[in-house]
Amino acid sequence: MKAFALDHATSAQGAIHALQHGGTVIAGGTNLVDLMKLQIAAPDRVISIRRTELGEMALDGEGLRIGALVTNADCAADMRVREHWPLLAKAILAGASPQLRNRATTGGNLCQRTRCGYFYDTTQACNKRDPGAGCAARSGFNRIHAVLGTSDSCIATYPGDMAVAMLALDAVVLTEGPSGPREIPIAAFHRMPGDDPSRDNVLEAGELITAVRLPAPTGGIQLYRKVRDRASYAFALVSVAVDVTMDQGRIARCALAFGSLGTVPWRDPAVEQVLIGEEPSAALFAKAANVLLKDAKGLGANDFKIPLAARALAATLNEATQAGKA
Amino acid sequence: MGSSIAVAIVNGVPKPLPSDPRRTLLDWLREDLALTGTKKGCDHGQCGACTVLVEGRRINSCLSLAQLHESDTIETIESIGSADNLSALQKAFVTHDGFQCGYCTPGQICSAKAMMQELAEGWASAQTQDLTERPLPTPEELRERMSGNLCRCGAYSNIIAALEDVIASDASLQGAQA
Repeated sequence: MKAFALDHATSAQGAIHALQHGGTVIAGGTNLVDLMKLQIAAPDRVISIRRTELGEMALDGEGLRIGALVTNADCAADMRVREHWPLLAKAILAGASPQLRNRATTGGNLCQRTRCGYFYDTTQACNKRDPGAGCAARSGFNRIHAVLGTSDSCIATYPGDMAVAMLALDAVVLTEGPSGPREIPIAAFHRMPGDDPSRDNVLEAGELITAVRLPAPTGGIQLYRKVRDRASYAFALVSVAVDVTMDQGRIARCALAFGSLGTVPWRDPAVEQVLIGEEPSAALFAKAANVLLKDAKGLGANDFKIPLAARALAATLNEATQAGKA
Repeated sequence: MGSSIAVAIVNGVPKPLPSDPRRTLLDWLREDLALTGTKKGCDHGQCGACTVLVEGRRINSCLSLAQLHESDTIETIESIGSADNLSALQKAFVTHDGFQCGYCTPGQICSAKAMMQELAEGWASAQTQDLTERPLPTPEELRERMSGNLCRCGAYSNIIAALEDVIASDASLQGAQA
């Protein structure tokens, strides 16, 4: 690890003030400390927000406000989340390990960096780690890589689960920074790589995530299906988050988001439009999958993700719509 | 902050935190405090050998910086039992052969202790079917809840047997409605 100075902010405003002089925020550190050990991240200055007020979780008129410092474990254990936004609890509990969830935070998890092996291996070319260096993954072992939202520069996935559920739940990321507070719909938070994969999200320099707000519960059937190489403690190959409401045998409302399929947590309103108003059937789910995957591009080793996503979509929707009819 | 020296409470004793912010919690415990019961396996949060309890919760000590733990209460395997005075969990691991080489065992024991606390508080897991109900300590639940601790010897089945043994004798974990 390269030498750095560690400062402890005691309020969000204090952290934002400190950030005006540059620096990297640390909360749980489960991703950042690892990246610093590998010198993929080498900040001169690290600002801890652990002593700030951002660990609160509260209902307000607009929904549930989850402070940036709320741990993944505490969020998933919260009875309000378990009863009214079960998709979020399910997605969090499908991710990482209990030890990591006890330390990982809401804000940190949103900023989790990719698990692309070429990003982690500092002897390999990676445009995300070293802009302009090239991408070794395109012609390398790319079984875990994205099939949607890729560019010539980068095919790395956003690896997490929590944000996929938040995307299906229409969460809003609340930030504060030099230009004041911002409310960023989570669909606009993560950045597709384009020709600058080094920036994973739209946070500006000096801007701090303070909370994530979930809107009022939909009351729909909420499921999270995660397909992976082992039963627990592994990143997804493909994951599906669904929130479906049925009315008289038809799909009245539907939100669908996908993890580890695209370069960002993936949601496509056109897919939902195919489903809304229709009776669930295998043919309908196949039609939705075709819309979802019409621009999907495999690079060989990850070709399997395309049929896998279609099947995971169908299986998840089948289960949710059956449960919704009951 | 202030003039007092920053400390963490390690196994009941206040210990001054290291001056170098690069020191991980794991390296501080092992190298500076000579608490070598906590093991370094992968050093990347992938194996669980470094599991310790902070404020009663299990974390990977390899992924935390020691200076982030001012005033925290930290428990390591050294506080859970000794060779002359094994805890119930440690005795059960011996009885059921819950290890071969033993390298992952301190992490397994610390993790299991916190896992049982989580169960007692009714925390759900990825195996819990109904998130609004208090989970039962089934083998599937225990396997999922211990999945953050890898055992290269593959003693998993015996670890689960040891945990079931301890849980069976603890009334608070029998799945009464929350």
